[in-house]
Order: sequence, then C-alpha cells, then structure tokens
Amino acid sequence: MTDAFTFQIDGVEVTAQPGQTIMEAADAAGIYIPRLCDHEGLRHQGGCRVCTVKAGGRSVAACTQPAEAALEVENDTEARRRVRRDLVEMLFHGGNHLCPICEKSGNCELQAMAYRLEMTAPTRFPWLEPCRAVDASHPEIALDTNRCISCGRCIRASQDLDGKGVFGYVGRGIHRRVAVNGADLAHTEAAGADLAMGVCPVGCILRKGEGFSVPIGERVFDDGLIGHEIEAKR
Amino acid sequence: MSDSAPALATSTPQSVRTICAKFGNTPHRLLDILLAVRQEQGWISPQSMELVATATGLTRIVVEGVASFYSFLPLTPKGRVTIRLCDDIVDRFAGLEAVRAAFEAELGITVGGTTPDGAVSLELTPCIGMCDQAPAAMVGDLVAVRLTPDRAREIARALQAGRSPAEVLVADHDCLSPLERVKAQVQDNIRLAGQVLLGEVPLDAGITSAQGMEPTAIIDAVEASGLRGCGGAGFTTGRKWRFAAGAADPHRVVICNADEGEPGTFKDRALLTNRADLVVEGMAICARAIGGREGILYLRGEYVYLRDHLLSVLEAARSRGVLGVGFDIRLQLGAGAYICGEEGALISSCEGLPGEPKTRPPFPVTRGYLGHPTVVNNVETFAHVARILDRGADWFRAMGTEKSHGTKLFSISGDCAWPGVYELPWGLSLRELLALVGGEDAAAVQVGGPSGTMVGRDSFDRRLAYEDLATGGAVIVFSPRRNVLEIVDYYMSFFVHESCGYCTPCRVGNVFLKKAVEKFRKGQADEGDIQYLRDLSATIIETSRCGLGMTSPNPVLTSLDNLPLVWAAVTKPRKDGIKATFDIQSAIDGGRRLAQRRSMIFDRDFSE
Ligand SMILES: Cc1cc2nc3c(=O)[nH]c(=O)nc-3n(C[C@H](O)[C@H](O)[C@H](O)COP(=O)(O)O)c2cc1C
Ligand code: SF4
Ligand code: SF4
Ligand code: SF4
Ligand code: FES
Ligand code: FES
Repeated sequence: MTDAFTFQIDGVEVTAQPGQTIMEAADAAGIYIPRLCDHEGLRHQGGCRVCTVKAGGRSVAACTQPAEAALEVENDTEARRRVRRDLVEMLFHGGNHLCPICEKSGNCELQAMAYRLEMTAPTRFPWLEPCRAVDASHPEIALDTNRCISCGRCIRASQDLDGKGVFGYVGRGIHRRVAVNGADLAHTEAAGADLAMGVCPVGCILRKGEGFSVPIGERVFDDGLIGHEIEAKR
Repeated sequence: MSDSAPALATSTPQSVRTICAKFGNTPHRLLDILLAVRQEQGWISPQSMELVATATGLTRIVVEGVASFYSFLPLTPKGRVTIRLCDDIVDRFAGLEAVRAAFEAELGITVGGTTPDGAVSLELTPCIGMCDQAPAAMVGDLVAVRLTPDRAREIARALQAGRSPAEVLVADHDCLSPLERVKAQVQDNIRLAGQVLLGEVPLDAGITSAQGMEPTAIIDAVEASGLRGCGGAGFTTGRKWRFAAGAADPHRVVICNADEGEPGTFKDRALLTNRADLVVEGMAICARAIGGREGILYLRGEYVYLRDHLLSVLEAARSRGVLGVGFDIRLQLGAGAYICGEEGALISSCEGLPGEPKTRPPFPVTRGYLGHPTVVNNVETFAHVARILDRGADWFRAMGTEKSHGTKLFSISGDCAWPGVYELPWGLSLRELLALVGGEDAAAVQVGGPSGTMVGRDSFDRRLAYEDLATGGAVIVFSPRRNVLEIVDYYMSFFVHESCGYCTPCRVGNVFLKKAVEKFRKGQADEGDIQYLRDLSATIIETSRCGLGMTSPNPVLTSLDNLPLVWAAVTKPRKDGIKATFDIQSAIDGGRRLAQRRSMIFDRDFSE
C-alpha cells in the first residue's frame, strides 16, 4: 500500500498516508486527540493512554496505532472523555500538584488537559503524595519529580535529539520514576539549552532564571483550550 | 557454582570487566551480566553499574534502569544467601506466618533485613511455582518446600553456621546428577498422567517425523491438530507459526516462554523437570517449520534450581543432533518479574532491557527479538507439538471438546486433598475436577490465577474449555473457611507489585483499586463504592497497554459477579445509621501526630 487512504473519526472523513498513526492523520486533518506523552519530533511512547480512542470497536492508543483504510474511530464522545478524565486524575493523584504556586501554571499541559476535560469536581481517587527530593544542583535547571507524569519526553529528547542520555526511568510499577545519569543533575552532561529541558509538559523540569518571565494571564493556555491550534487547522 | 554459598568478593573492577567480556560486552546480554555480577558480589553496587556501563557502551542510568526493574537484582548489599519466602495467599493459608516468625526469630532479623554477620537476608516474593507444596521458599538458588517452623529454624541455623544451601537442602548433593538434585528439592506431585504429555513418551519421535516433512506440512499438521497456546491467551499455534514463516526477514527466532509467573501455576515446572526433552524437541520442530535460526529458553528466575538440569538436557540434544545444526538454544534466566511472561516484555528482557511490553503492532511474529520475526510459545505448547508430530494431528484433535482439542495440564493447589499436576482432556466441569482432587467442600475456586476468574459454588458446573472457562491451567481451591476479600486484596497487591509502570491506568489505577478493596475490608465502604470499583476497573481494563492491566481488575470484578454476597456483607448500612465510609480516626491521624496528643472528642479510648 503506497497510496493515501481515508478513514473516519467521529464521522468525519480523514485522509491518511501509509505508515501514519491515527493521531498523526488526525492532526493533519485538524482533529485534536488529547495526549500527554506524545510530542512532535519524538518517538512515540504510548504510556499516558490519554489518547485512547475506540477504533473498529477496540480501544487503542491513537499515538501508536497505525491508521487503516475504512477504520471507524470514536474520539470525542462522553465515554472517551470520562475515561480520559480518569487518567488525568490518576496523574494528578500520583504526584503533588499545587498549581497556584507552580511556575508552570498556565503553560502546563496537565493543567490544560484538566480544563479541556472539564475536571471540575473533586475526584474520588485517593492521594498518593510522593515525597521526592528536589534537585536544584544544576546552575541552569531545576528538577522536581513530584510533579512528574512519567511521559518520558525528557528521556527520549535527551537520548535522541541531544544525543546525551541525561534522563532515564528507574524502578518498576508505582515506584518507577525519572532519574538522571549521575549523582544529581549537576553531575550529568545536562545543559540549559538542551532540547530535553524544553519538552516537559508539567512543572517538573524548569529552566532557572525564567521564572514568571511571562505573567499569568498571558501564558500559552490563556489563549484557548489545549489543542485549539490543531483544531484551528480545520 | 550457583548452589554453594560463595564468600562474596568485594567489587573489583577487574571481575566486573571479566564478566562483561564473557558476554561479549554486548548490551543485549545486560540481564545476564547483572545476574553474574550479583552472583559474584551479592548485589549491584553503584560502582558495578559504572563499570558495566563503560564496558557495554551504555549509560549508567540505562544500567540502573534495568537493575532496578528486577526483584532479584538488589541495589543494596545482601547476605551470602537470600531466603525468599513465597508470600502468596496459598502460602499464607498454609502457615506462612509461623514459618516467617520462625525464620525471623532464629535469624534475629525481620523480613527485608540481613543478619549482622552477613550470612542471610530474608525477603518475601510472589508465587515461586511450588503452590502444591506450600509454604515454600527460595534459599539462594535452591528451593525448600513444605516448610514448618522447625524446618525453618533448622535451615536458618545451618546457613548461619556457614553451610551452603546445597548442603542444607540436598543430601549427598555432590554425588547426584542435576535431575536428581532437582527431585531432591521439589516433589513432582504428578497426580494424573494423560495420553499426551505425562504418560510414556518416546525420545525424538516427533522431531524425527518432522525431519521427513516439508516446513509447510509441519505448520499444516500443527494447525490441523487444533492446538492452541497453553500460556493462557489460547492463540492458535499453527497460525502464529504461519505468520512468522511468511515474514520477510529470514533470521527467525524461536522462544520458549518458561516464565510461569501466574500465581497458582506450576505445570511447566513438571514438564521442565520430567519432559524437558519434549520441550526442546518442540522448539526444534518449530525452528524447522518457520526457518528458525536462533532459540531462547526463557526460564523464570524462581526456577534457577532447574538451570543445570536444563543445560544438560540442551547439551544432550546437541549430542543427538536435535540441536546445533543451524539451530541452537540458549538459556536466558529471568530475575523476578511476573510481567516478563508477557511475550513482548519477555522479548525485552531477552534483549537486556527492563521487562516492559512492546508496542503492538508490530507483533513479534513480524518484529520480535532484536527486530527479527519471533515465535513465542509456552513450554506446554512446544511439548504438545512434539507429540502431535509423532502421533498425528487427528489423534490430538480427537481428544477434548469441539473447540478445545487435546489434553491440558492443570496446576491444582489450595484447599484440596491431592494438590499437584493433572493431565486431563479439555471439557471437565469444575465439579468433576474438584471431586478428582479432593476439593469437594470448596466455596470458591480461582481458575487461571489472579488474572483469571473467581468462581463460586453455584457455578461449579462450568466447564474448563475455551468454550467456557478458558485457562492456562491454574486452579486454586478455597474452602469455606477462607476470607474472599482477603484473597482479592492479596491479588491486587500482587498486581501493584508486578505492574511494570509503563502506562498510567495500570501503574496508578491498580494502587487505587487495592486501596478501595482495603476500605471494604475495614468495613468503611458503602454501596456507592461498588460502583466506584466497577468504574475504576473499566478504565483500567480499557486503557491498559498490555494484558496485565487488562486483567488485573479481574479478582475484584469476578468476585463481585460470582460471589456478590461476600461484598454485600461488608456494605450493609449500620444499625446506628452512622455512615462507615468516613474514618475519622485515620482522618485526624496526621494532625494527632503533629500535635502529639489525642482527640478528646474522637478517640474512643481517651479515658483508658
Ligand atoms: C502479564 C502476563 C503474563 C504472562 N505470563 C505468561 C507465562 O508465564 N507463561 C506463558 O507461557 N505465557 C504467559 N503469558 C502469555 C504470553 O504473553 C503469550 O501469549 C504466550 O507465551 C504465548 O504462548 P502460547 O501461545 O503457547 O500460549 C502472559 C501474558 C501476560 C499478559
Ligand atoms: S505541573 Fe501543572 S498541574 Fe502540576 S502543579 Fe504545576 S501547573 Fe499544576
Ligand atoms: S520530567 Fe517532565 S518530561 Fe520527564 S518524564 Fe517527567 S513529566 Fe515527562
Ligand atoms: S498494563 Fe501494566 S504491565 Fe502492561 S504496560 Fe501498562 S503498566 Fe506495564
Ligand atoms: S499520547 Fe498516546 S499514550 Fe500518551
Ligand atoms: S509457590 Fe507459593 S503460591 Fe505458588
């Protein structure tokens, strides 16, 4: 198969190139599928599962599932939104998030996703309250993994784009977390200008000296819901 | 050697470099390298990680990522011998607590600790595949079964006196063959031998017949027999082979899944002990059928006591010409991770990575081990193949039911008179099976292990077959004395412990599910919480990335469906009308500790 083909997302016909994932084809067509671990220019991880869609009756991650001709995909329905809300709530409850005192507020994809999915009521989940040491050793970068959502973007970016391998996962299950290739960040090859330092969706990896350089109210998601720039293409 | 208690060397750079060199400094042998480092030094020190990273060209964080993933690769110093007590619910019901107390008292440590003289560490581990002879434990690389407090004290004393696990557990160890050593540790408990696997089996009959056949004819025969994978998922074996045989890359890989991690399952243990030739034969037949050039036998770390025996079986197969000509098998040892039984994770583990499932598609038959087309089959599946090639597809197909052909090995444990391995044709009802194993008074039966189905007494007419209760063969019997919620709670803790952590719903959701079950057990739940359990389970099942998360809520859901009264009993409204859902004691506990005083209003025992 080398020719473009079509399939449907929520009844809208979408054109896909062979080899494209459902999400890539959707992006090109101006249909936003919520995501947190996927990032343009990085390998797919398929870990957050926020992009879960029903495709041909099966639940799959849109960021890794190849598009197929004539596939019928269910994306923006109440059932999908509910499941995604559960997942986003899990990410909140698995870490420590106090938005009012977080430098990322307004630029944060997790926070923005919560708004988009209308996560307004208190959740039913318990809090796991991890307590991890903040790593402020590096002159240009601060690392607070209490806010980490295990999206793995920093790992892939450092490995594949920066060619460094500053970050990696350690541990298993609920104890799995992001760690650095050295005693602390200062003892790694990390540099403030690394691409890896700019991909964190939350306030976990922060470049020092930039704090509140853009005031609250003028931040990325003050303009519109997360995903609006993709939807604007339609 | 593996079964003695080595005086642990201090970490010398040279010894670590030598180990890496022995494995060609190859990154995809990282698991072997780390296991060898642990063998020599007792743990994986930061310095060892640096040295391994340098030798293999990996970063230290990648090495740490692998080491920290597996339960049997400790990152802190351990004693010369580590005792790992199986803490499965079956062992708890069989007297684990007393055994544990005896070990702790005799060693003067608690679980997680190491004796001050550096002799022994004591740990807990999930099911080690000895459920029919619980309580059981790994002692170093060996296994001790049917433990009693007396036996525990004896073992503890002997180890502390400097004797090796081999000296303590296997009489005349040095005079025995590898198979005799295996049998000296573990009872076979083969209670019923069927026609296919556990009865009389001629050596090399299957491979000899396959050698006279075209590869496609072999696949046709396997498909015609109706054989489905015995690891649990039940995929048609012939079809899987056909996909791999049709892949573009000519370097194809055959992997035998001997991870046998599902709690309550130990039938592969019986085959690896008594029919290992047949398993190797089946792998060689697969290689011939799909054009396999490389074979791997992935043995769970808990079964390291079988390693020398299996190595000698492989060696014998080489000398008979079954292996070695265009196809050979290496043994890959695991290191304590249930998820490595999932085929993608198993491949990751063979590649020296953390045992994380792979993104599908591509499926292993197209892109598996190191990118090559790979067939992964269960131990029993391969053994069946060898018999099918010997006796013919029709012979096999005629046994069982309409959709479930041949025989199946069942691992029976729990509250019954004759736990052990039974080879039975598919299609028996649970009631018939319970009569056979002496478990008639069962109140509940766990079919297929924690990821399977909990069945209550009113459903014992259900049949063990793909048409009804499909299963990898684990059947755990629970008598009316057992607390079902305790079982469910344990199984949830198992999944929390074994989740790889890759995806959100399984990593975080299972913790929530486990906490919710605890709430029921404390009597703090109401009917609304039942819906919470169902909703949360649905999200976990729907969005999880692999079979572990897709089945982990099963203990909750199948007990809710099949034993609803158990749940109803703990959600009854209280007579005094007070809602039990809010636990004031635990809610104020944080403040109580901060203030360092108790609450006059809420502490019921304040006056005491
Ligand atoms: C969490 C998990 C654990 C598994 N553990 C095992 C195992 O221990 N042994 C096994 O043969 N299959 C196991 N499987 C099934 C394998 O993924 C795979 O389907 C099987 O090895 C294929 O062989 P078969 O078709 O011969 O059964 C497991 C699957 C999952 C999702
Ligand atoms: S990382 Fe995002 S969600 Fe978390 S506290 Fe900061 S702004 Fe809030
Ligand atoms: S630190 Fe940030 S980029 Fe890295 S895994 Fe955590 S959330 Fe993702
Ligand atoms: S479902 Fe669980 S075991 Fe499977 S990939 Fe996700 S976290 Fe890992
Ligand atoms: S965006 Fe697809 S799984 Fe995270
Ligand atoms: S060995 Fe303890 S339950 Fe399997």
